Amino acid sequence: MPFFSKPTYSTITAPRKKDIPKDLYTRCPKSGELVYSRELKKNWMVVPKSDYHFPLASDLRIQSLIDEGTWEEKDRDLESVDILGFVDKKAYADRLKEYKRKTGLKDAVVSGLGKMAGMGVSLAVMDFRFGGASMGSVVGEKITRAIERAIELKLPVIIVSASGGARMQEGIYSLMQMAKTSAALGRLREAGLPFVSVLTHPTTGGVTASFATLGDVILAEPEALICFAGPRVIKEGTNQELPPGFQKSEFLLDRGLVDQIVHRHQLRPRIIHFLKAFAGKPLEA
Amino acid sequence: MEKAEFTLEFEKPLRDLQQRLEALYATSKEQNFDVSAEMEAIEARLEATKRQIYSDLTAWQRVQLARHPKRPYSLDYIGRIFTDFQELHGDRCYGDDQALIGGTAWFEGSPVMIIAQQKGRDVKENLRRNFGMPHPEGYRKALRLMQLAERFNLPVISFIDTKAAFAGIGSEERHVSEAIARNLREMALLKVPSVGLIIGEGGSGGALGIAVVDRLLVQQHAYYSVIPPEGCAAILWRDRSFSEKAANALKLGARELKDQGIADEVLEEPLGGAHRDIEAACETLREALSRNLAELKTLSTEELLERRYQKYRNIGEFIEG
Repeated sequence: MPFFSKPTYSTITAPRKKDIPKDLYTRCPKSGELVYSRELKKNWMVVPKSDYHFPLASDLRIQSLIDEGTWEEKDRDLESVDILGFVDKKAYADRLKEYKRKTGLKDAVVSGLGKMAGMGVSLAVMDFRFGGASMGSVVGEKITRAIERAIELKLPVIIVSASGGARMQEGIYSLMQMAKTSAALGRLREAGLPFVSVLTHPTTGGVTASFATLGDVILAEPEALICFAGPRVIKEGTNQELPPGFQKSEFLLDRGLVDQIVHRHQLRPRIIHFLKAFAGKPLEA
Repeated sequence: MEKAEFTLEFEKPLRDLQQRLEALYATSKEQNFDVSAEMEAIEARLEATKRQIYSDLTAWQRVQLARHPKRPYSLDYIGRIFTDFQELHGDRCYGDDQALIGGTAWFEGSPVMIIAQQKGRDVKENLRRNFGMPHPEGYRKALRLMQLAERFNLPVISFIDTKAAFAGIGSEERHVSEAIARNLREMALLKVPSVGLIIGEGGSGGALGIAVVDRLLVQQHAYYSVIPPEGCAAILWRDRSFSEKAANALKLGARELKDQGIADEVLEEPLGGAHRDIEAACETLREALSRNLAELKTLSTEELLERRYQKYRNIGEFIEG
């Protein structure tokens, strides 16, 4: 049968809109281009041409940093409780259920032990998908345990932050997690162990004003919003024009808060560089 | 006749009674009537109504009292409780923050270091003190003074009274978040006893930045919250008119803080608030401060640091299973 004999156009029906998976393509907010979502995921959620960094889910973040087959998750059974019986437009208890169902996570931090270039690390990763990774008791507890585990096992700590701020529905308990995590970092420091803090888009509020800015080395992903009070709050509160690039990684590098801005693809080798330096190891080990 | 003003919305019944009392007094003087019986009756009602209103305040009403324009501020207490307060200025880096001040003074014969958030009493002073909302310089000065206290073994006493750390361009450019975070870490490691007094508003990270302490004492009508009720309402309800609801939901009052294990003590205030009788409020503060400092002085440095660490370490409610 001749190869071109079959009239293909007559047998193919155009796919209806609902047949296209909604997330087949993702639009880059920076360049406007459409990127094949599977490619984006393979590229650690960085748009190839524009270098726009999408938020990275905690499982992918861990994969991108930790030596294959060395990850051991800890404290995975910690769950938030609605201690105040907080109800705003929705009940906090219902919000928690919804976050859990949507993400398959129990709260906004995944933590554990793993290796980077063979060196043991205690790693905690915040996952913005879980309620904007706000800090409540579970986030504070898991971060603190990750730090205490590092002290016990004499390991460096790496925390990848992203957070909308405090989890207001946990009231004062939420605020106190700032003190708790920072106090634990005080002990880590006295134990002579390094802390590499990685700031990703967006890192704000109580997380910025506690452990996230206490890194011995602070690395930021490109163009991440990093602030205490958000730009809208400042603009409305002061009636002032905000300087260009205000509160973005590049602005903060210029103003001396972060040590480096690191492309997501370079993050693993860069952290390994610092871990080796602080451990007194040769670069090629 | 003592003239007490009742300016808050929920004080309206008191305001009405007060006005009736004044009117009656004026009439009696003008027309030379004896109205003492009626006046006594109204006075008794005023007292009873006061007791009733102030003993059953909602969270939102307590927030109003905590922000009362007549409420005593840090320096009002410092001048009455301590001797020879000498202010130490500047963060040795950028500037001097007049919203967050500090210095040495004597308390019951012993030197101490005072750190204090200070609001202004009038527009001019409020501009100088930025309405009690500190910039990063304030937190950095506070840390300098706390570490100075540590070197010379002076206890640190923090007066907490701020709506929030200032949210502004300069504040962010000079990294108020880092300044607060560093204070949290360093206060946890401070080798001298520390007592915090929340005397009005305990606004979020701005308050916590000088409040990682061995003992936290909260005045009866003060509040301490992760976010001001207005901010909470704006974010969670998307409408500031829900501030009252937010205040109740946040459980930010002194008693609730005690129940939550955050406040070590609630300091009773004179009926109607500390501004109604500052000397009585001072006496309560003085007694509590004296007792707590004496207790803390009996601890070794190791014990002090371990207890302080565990105090914050154990705050949090979750399930694990």
